[in-house]
Amino acid sequence: MTGTLEILVAALILLGAAFILIGSLGLLRLNDVYSRLHAPTKATTLGIGAILIASMLNNARLGTFSVRELAITLFLMIAAPLTANLIAKTVVDGHNAKDTPER
Amino acid sequence: MLILAIYTGYAAIGLAMAMNLWRLATGPEKGDRILALDTLTVNAIALVLIYGLHIGSAYYFEAALLLALMGFVSTVALSKFLIGGDVIE
Repeated sequence: MTGTLEILVAALILLGAAFILIGSLGLLRLNDVYSRLHAPTKATTLGIGAILIASMLNNARLGTFSVRELAITLFLMIAAPLTANLIAKTVVDGHNAKDTPER
Repeated sequence: MLILAIYTGYAAIGLAMAMNLWRLATGPEKGDRILALDTLTVNAIALVLIYGLHIGSAYYFEAALLLALMGFVSTVALSKFLIGGDVIE
């Protein structure tokens, strides 16, 4: 017999996996490197956030209570803009170095 | 019910990792490859979290946290190396 909490955990796992699939599909199919920077950030925050909420609800369903999973979400939300900025800087520096004429 | 969602999650994340591997192999720019490696790390975190939920063990959360930290540090180091200059200033 399935309770509401189990259905909620299953729905959140499916939502998180769907966001991760959409993020990687965007990384595969978009046709410019600047556009490809946008897609995996959705997978990072929304996908892992949903899976972490599902894990916390599963712990609540089984009796133990833990909020340690919020640490991963917090760290990823802090780290994602930094990595995106550095990767964009790498791409822009590569393009600028190609455009400047050789001395 | 829950086990069906977990197996679907495994299949979806496996497919996402295969797509990231494709972008890592092709991918005409260096930024493409760094982004593919970072996204591979994030997908591995999701996979480890769902596996820990599946078998009911509390230790896989620690593995996911370690993956997140090491993935972030490696992405920053690789980007700073390719920009040029010092990796650690």
